[in-house]
Amino acid sequence: MTLTVDVEHRLGAFRLKSAFEVGEGVTALFGRSGAGKTSIVNAIAGILRPDRGRIVFEGEVLFDSGRGIDVPTPRRRVGYVFQEGRLFPHLNVRQNLRYARLFSPEARRSVRFEHVVELLGLAHLLERRPGNLSGGEKQRVAIGRALLSDPRLLLFDEPLASLDSHRRNEILQYIELMRDEVKIPIIYVSHAVEEVVRLADTVVLLSAGQVTAVGTAEEIMGRPDLRPAAGTFEGGAVIDATVVGQDMEYDLAKLAFDGGTLTATNVDALIGEPVRVRIRARDVSIALKRPEAISIQNILEGTVRELSPERGGEVDVAIAVGGVVLRARVTRRAVDRLGLAPGLTVHALVKAVSLARAGSGPL
Amino acid sequence: MPLTPEEVEVLQLSLKVAVWSVLVSLPLAIGIAYLLARASFPGKSLFDAAVHLPLVLPPVVVGYFLLLAFGRSGPAGSLLNDWFGIVVMFKWTGAALAASVMGFPLMVRAIRLSFEMIDRKLEAAASTLGAGRLAVFATVTLPLALPGVITGMLLSFARGLGEFGATITFVSNIPGETRTLPLAIYTYTQVPSGDEPALRLSLIAVALSLAALFLSEVLVRRASRRVFGDDAHSRR
Repeated sequence: MTLTVDVEHRLGAFRLKSAFEVGEGVTALFGRSGAGKTSIVNAIAGILRPDRGRIVFEGEVLFDSGRGIDVPTPRRRVGYVFQEGRLFPHLNVRQNLRYARLFSPEARRSVRFEHVVELLGLAHLLERRPGNLSGGEKQRVAIGRALLSDPRLLLFDEPLASLDSHRRNEILQYIELMRDEVKIPIIYVSHAVEEVVRLADTVVLLSAGQVTAVGTAEEIMGRPDLRPAAGTFEGGAVIDATVVGQDMEYDLAKLAFDGGTLTATNVDALIGEPVRVRIRARDVSIALKRPEAISIQNILEGTVRELSPERGGEVDVAIAVGGVVLRARVTRRAVDRLGLAPGLTVHALVKAVSLARAGSGPL
Repeated sequence: MPLTPEEVEVLQLSLKVAVWSVLVSLPLAIGIAYLLARASFPGKSLFDAAVHLPLVLPPVVVGYFLLLAFGRSGPAGSLLNDWFGIVVMFKWTGAALAASVMGFPLMVRAIRLSFEMIDRKLEAAASTLGAGRLAVFATVTLPLALPGVITGMLLSFARGLGEFGATITFVSNIPGETRTLPLAIYTYTQVPSGDEPALRLSLIAVALSLAALFLSEVLVRRASRRVFGDDAHSRR
């Protein structure tokens, strides 16, 4: 599957001029609020008609201003989960879910009603009205409703924005489940690093209506030069790992990644399960020799790749550990005293308690 | 106090006229209310004013215009007669027509207001789920406007029940055909022995209006609960 977006649109003083092409899996449109993320998904859904441009999905032209093509929204078959859910207040949950079915011919249906109800845990809510649902429940119903319209593409516009952090994590788990169970490409709009890191295969970084960078979550989050566009996110590394052991006595998990193993607390996953962890740059210390008699559980040997000076006497040190690049945020004085320079072999120290499964930590 | 056969006749006729006037004008009122709430076109404010005209014109003037238009030789009247064989002059159908014209602005106003209150984002959501324009209107817009539609129907019904000036001008005061409740009361007040029957009919009118008000309140409440959730009606 390929989605090509190349649109221009002017809304007051705001100018959107974005072009990108994405493939399978979850694509995050990431950037600060006002970067044009929602305008782009609205254009993909056909709710917003761009001034100029082209949108092509799997070879089908959905919009082409030059050729005067503008496929109406109902015929685009794009499922849309809005920030505020937008459940129909005059229908109960069952009717909201069934609503999507009204317009999809039976032959086209790929997901069963019962399956969606089970997947999203909606069975006990079916007779309730949207007015009596919590924010998290509403979003689950909205996701189910979008799924049941048998979309070819799913759009999420900051679906967690109106939820507290506990609910966010819950809905994130459902979205992950959906991503893995129902193989529909997803465009996910967010300004929250944790969500993007946890869900996205591809990240499209947007800034002031323009595409700043396209890449994997690891690439985008690891690049300090993109930080101004990405907003307030803290530098760090994103690591794809697999749970290889659980220490029940101490409540620790052992994670294997391309470069060694990590010990972490609070990883709520089974052995063999893939997890994505985020290591913040300011949680990483550097030692020249392997330290002893220290509480740090993770000591990883690596090579300094590059040094990027930051504001206020801080320096971001990129350290290659096996196939991944960790980042350590240290003072300039530490860089000078240790004589840190590219090529130097160092030990990166990471506290086990600072390792957060991406998405479960504070946003 | 059992009703006399004459009172029953007046009551039945009045209800028939008012109910038909509401039913006939409802589809058009919904269409025009939607147009006024959503569309923008040149001359919209003029059109809006024209719709509201019966509200401010003396009813007798409206009746007279109806007479000109729907009389046997009037353009609309001869058309109705030629195509459908319908004659409205001096008939109860004419009384219903007069009532619907007089109640029309009230109905349009109430429905338009409820269209304007609808969150259009819900309609966008429906379109992403595959609903075309007509389906969106039928499944989202109209159901959400239901409280306003009911209110509009009641206002128009009440206006139709009380219609006097346009009716007497257009279709006269014919017992059993066009003599509705207000016309019957008026007739009794014109004769020396009419005090008691006029009072009785007036009391019937009061009871009827109260019943209609009560019914619509129940219906609007129920519809609002459906549309906005449990305690929304008290909040509005």
